Amino acid sequence: MAEVAQGNNLGTNPGTNLGTNQGGSVAVRKKWGRGFDIKKQSGFTTIAMICFVMLYAPILTLVVYSFNAGTSVAIWAGFSWRWYESAWANQQVYDASIRSLTIATFAAVVSTIVATMAALATTRTKPFPGLTFIYAFINQPLMVPEIVTGIALLIFFAAIKVATGYTGLGYLLIAHTAFCIPFAYLPIRARLENMDLSLERAAADLYATPFKTFRYVTLPLLWPGVLAGGMLAFVISLDDVVITELVKSGGQDTLPTYMLGQLRRIVTPEMNAISSVFLAISIVMVTIFFLLNRKKT
Amino acid sequence: MADGKSASNPAASAAAAVDRRDTRNRWLLSAPALIILLFAAIGPLIIVVVYSFLKKGDYGGVEWQFSGDGWYSVILQKDIFTDAVTVADAHVSILLRSVKLSFFTTILALLFGFPTAYFIATRNEKSRELWLFLITIPFWTNLLIRTFAVMEVIRNEGIVNSLLLGLGVIDAPLQIMFTDFAVMMGLLYVYLPLMVLPLYASMERIDFRLVEAGYDLYATRWRVLRHVIFPLVKPGVIAGSILVFIPSLGAYVTPRVLGGGRNLMLGNLIEMQFGQGRNWPLGAALSITLMAIVMIALLLYVRNASKTEARHG
Repeated sequence: MAEVAQGNNLGTNPGTNLGTNQGGSVAVRKKWGRGFDIKKQSGFTTIAMICFVMLYAPILTLVVYSFNAGTSVAIWAGFSWRWYESAWANQQVYDASIRSLTIATFAAVVSTIVATMAALATTRTKPFPGLTFIYAFINQPLMVPEIVTGIALLIFFAAIKVATGYTGLGYLLIAHTAFCIPFAYLPIRARLENMDLSLERAAADLYATPFKTFRYVTLPLLWPGVLAGGMLAFVISLDDVVITELVKSGGQDTLPTYMLGQLRRIVTPEMNAISSVFLAISIVMVTIFFLLNRKKT
Repeated sequence: MADGKSASNPAASAAAAVDRRDTRNRWLLSAPALIILLFAAIGPLIIVVVYSFLKKGDYGGVEWQFSGDGWYSVILQKDIFTDAVTVADAHVSILLRSVKLSFFTTILALLFGFPTAYFIATRNEKSRELWLFLITIPFWTNLLIRTFAVMEVIRNEGIVNSLLLGLGVIDAPLQIMFTDFAVMMGLLYVYLPLMVLPLYASMERIDFRLVEAGYDLYATRWRVLRHVIFPLVKPGVIAGSILVFIPSLGAYVTPRVLGGGRNLMLGNLIEMQFGQGRNWPLGAALSITLMAIVMIALLLYVRNASKTEARHG
């Protein structure tokens, strides 16, 4: 307390101590010296760096060992492409990849279309009856743990399988579409909220039909949001393990569930090779997403 | 004013008709998304509730007969020979372990995530974007692959053990895999970005004049952190903690890969009931238990968030 009273020269010299927020005030400089950085917290930068290293070291190790010539994922035996070649030649990996891409493409396209419609319906309007309900409904998959959704679908689809005898890919397609909807919806909605209605009103004034207004005014403006939503949905579908593992019928492995099965066996760098390709795809998608969503400067 | 609102006013009733049509159109436009979600997300959840009250089938599935056994066996069990009722140790210990591991994961994520978010928030605008991007990348890459990457590092034949053995620090490889510690490390690794992102969002808005005022009043760095910065970013701390705690509690892949058969969490216990356990009603009851915990956490969060908003806005 004494320290505070001593240093507080408000009474004697108010002019210097007030309103000098920008360049560091006198009291601060007096006590801590000229180079004092008010934003610094000791050790924070170190911990932040440890965090970044911690986040990236395992991934980088994984990628490096995908090029290992030996069969170990820990002992380096020289550079080689052999595991990429063996993954490429592996029929199971090939089938699972095609299946993953089919499901992800379908889920991304369908979920983006219905999410765009829902976003158009739930933005740029005064509250209407049921708006909160629709909003909660669409975001529901984000709030329920994946394992619970997976179990629910397992039970439901098991009953349908018994009743209809159908065991095709349809179950995975609809399940993926459903949990992708909120991920497609959010970027589209965000984009729409930043668009005002004046251009659409102008188009309507010029006798454009609602469809033409949508086709030539709304959609081109909304397009980056739609693209971002679609890509997010694609990545989310491609990454899913839990729901797919529970919903799939025999012989319907996607790449992640195939890998989950392989982890029980002795792991060779082939897993690293598959993972690295997978990582590369995800990173490219996220980068595009990031650039699309970046604030225009 | 009263006349203007009455239904006899033709302009007002015309406007009401337009409103009604607008509402109907908006519902129609949302309908496809709602139908898909009803069919493949929300509807099935209602079936889970129903199944939790049915009798278990002998070979999986259920018999359509009311039974409280599913809920009953969440925490209790009956000895097959003596009919003595005891607490189901296996289930209770897995439940407790899930809560414990999720809790410590959240604390660790906060300890690492807070300084990281602060570091990013105090960079200049340009480099901020890059650091944020570096946090986001792992978040969008496959969870299984990230778990696999952790496994590669901590396995008996993994990098850590090879390195320590090579340097002669240890004689035998450390058994890290298949322990609670391994599961916790995995969860921390996988969910850390979920802590950093909301923390960053609230730190970005800190008014550093308040920090400066703290130093003007001869606060130490620790006191500024504790009494100025921390209260300002508390909503972010709570949001981040919830975002880490909830998926940790429902984790399935990470404990399965890193915990092996013995260090199960709730997600694995649930899945087991539909696999070798063949006790669907119990699995359904456990699922609802998990969902209930998650919902309570979310409700607390929403209440807290609206309270904070009311105070500041």
